Amino acid sequence: MLEVRNLHLAFDDLVLAKDMSFALEAGKVHVIIGPNGTGKSSLLKTLFGDIAPQSGNVSFDGTSLHKKQLPAWRQQFGYMPQDIKLDVGLSVLEVVLLGQLNALSLKLGDSLIEEALSALNQIGLLHLANRDVRTLSGGQCQMILFAQALMRNPKILMLDEPVSALDLHFQQVLLEHLDQQTKQKGWTSLMILHDLNLAAQYADNLLVLKGGELYAQGAPEDVLTPELVYEVYGVHADVVLDSMGVPFVRTQRRGLAAFENMKKSFIQPEFNQEKFHHAK
Amino acid sequence: MAEAVDAQRRYEKKRWLVLAVLLFALVLSFIVDIATGPSLLGLSDVAKALLSLFGLPIEVSSTTEVIVTNLRLPIALMALVVGGSLGVGGAEMQTLLNNPMASPYTLGMAAASGFGAALMLYLGSLGLTQELVVPIGAFVCCMLSASMLFGLAMMRHISSGQLILAGIALLFLFQSLLSLVQFVSSPELSQQILFWLFGSLTKATWGNVAITTAVVFGCIGVLMQDAWKLTALRLGEERAKSLGVNVVMLRLKTLVLVALMTATVTSFVGIIGFIGIVAPNIARMLVGEDQRYFIPLSFLVGAFLLSSASVLSKIIVPGALFPIGIVTAIIGVPFFFWLIIGKRR
Repeated sequence: MLEVRNLHLAFDDLVLAKDMSFALEAGKVHVIIGPNGTGKSSLLKTLFGDIAPQSGNVSFDGTSLHKKQLPAWRQQFGYMPQDIKLDVGLSVLEVVLLGQLNALSLKLGDSLIEEALSALNQIGLLHLANRDVRTLSGGQCQMILFAQALMRNPKILMLDEPVSALDLHFQQVLLEHLDQQTKQKGWTSLMILHDLNLAAQYADNLLVLKGGELYAQGAPEDVLTPELVYEVYGVHADVVLDSMGVPFVRTQRRGLAAFENMKKSFIQPEFNQEKFHHAK
Repeated sequence: MAEAVDAQRRYEKKRWLVLAVLLFALVLSFIVDIATGPSLLGLSDVAKALLSLFGLPIEVSSTTEVIVTNLRLPIALMALVVGGSLGVGGAEMQTLLNNPMASPYTLGMAAASGFGAALMLYLGSLGLTQELVVPIGAFVCCMLSASMLFGLAMMRHISSGQLILAGIALLFLFQSLLSLVQFVSSPELSQQILFWLFGSLTKATWGNVAITTAVVFGCIGVLMQDAWKLTALRLGEERAKSLGVNVVMLRLKTLVLVALMTATVTSFVGIIGFIGIVAPNIARMLVGEDQRYFIPLSFLVGAFLLSSASVLSKIIVPGALFPIGIVTAIIGVPFFFWLIIGKRR
């Protein structure tokens, strides 16, 4: 269980988490959604120990995150940051191998190479193993980095917008694979998605962030409503249940005039108020 | 699957082959370097003299033996060690700063060494011999300038781009201070400073070759232990962190090692430019950036380049020795342009 208690995170007067608390169960896929600039990536970095929060506690299976035990804490993670650019003279296999950084020595054993190749094989990219990563497309790079995260054999898997560059086929390959491994191996998986329909399809638990608060949390069918979509994104949408009982969000076009009438708070949610109070 | 493992093994063999070819070229240029000079020796005589040094029972004339052992060998060895250390230093600065145009001199280390040496020449020997005081001055100033960067590198929020900016600021500072020393010096002293700045291998003695070799190989040994971490660093600092690399520690450790090598090398031979930029770029093109191969090959290429430059410096003007720092820059600049214009992706 990955637990966050009373987390407070702010950059100057930009508050990204206000007294935030939640617990993520193992063996489930947890998906974070929310508007741009609301602190989703910063939350992942905080869980990883890369950003120190002003206050609050993060723990995994009863052990708290302490600055002094950072290497041991991070060893439990497979973490795939948002940036997918790979501009380095390495082969695909070498990039995947780096997932097992601590096990690598000057002489590479067959077993590690086979492990990396099997990670590539699982996502259907074995044929790229010996290619220079600089010759790959953005989407291929993203898949390779996913294989690298799998190679870490993590307890907690955190993915920051893992499908942002992927075509329909590889979106499904990555997410199905993630779902299957999470359940088989009991990982605690946490990812950020922007596509609400993908989030609805793959989330066991949906966390909606807005203005530094955990706005809603629960099963997608309970959380995703037209009201929530409007309150969080300022967008009118219909939400229907598809044949599998999964909510499907379809946005409505209402023209730019609809946004002009909207309160400014949608563009800079809550922060204006904070600044206002600060100034006073 | 087995096919992919084989392909990887073949790729590894190919890179070993590149290392072997470069090693062979290096041995050749080393022998030619020893053979060229005011009294031209035959290549076979040099090879024989070297083999007899290793204890093989081969007849060598005593003149050849004296020229090889006492005069040429320290200089030729210094060329290898200095070239290699500049190559590896460049490779690691480029890795650390994520910039293929970085070199051991990028962060102002050469300028600081130059200032240290010039200051010592200006102040006089302080009761010690000049051969001792000038290298010490260069070493101390170089490490002093580098330690300011160590302080910055230890800060978590400092990015590699900001490190370069700080390094450039230091470069300008020490260049100005160097100009100041030259400005207040007599013309004769100014000339002496200028000659130090050119860089020259002729100051090599068995003593300083031994010190340089020990420092350089010690530092490279430590760097090789972090080979995979340094490879991971090239994926970007954030991603290296996500793989469990302590980026701040690695950055500091690498910077200290490069500074130690650079300070030692420059204090004995002065400033030799461009090898540090060029060698790692050639190595990268040949074996990629798996540091297990990239570090040794950067060494071999750097050593080969300086060794060849040493040969050139002796034959450009027959009978006279051209300062080697000038030769390397003249070879380096066209290559540098080719690199900028021809850089793929």
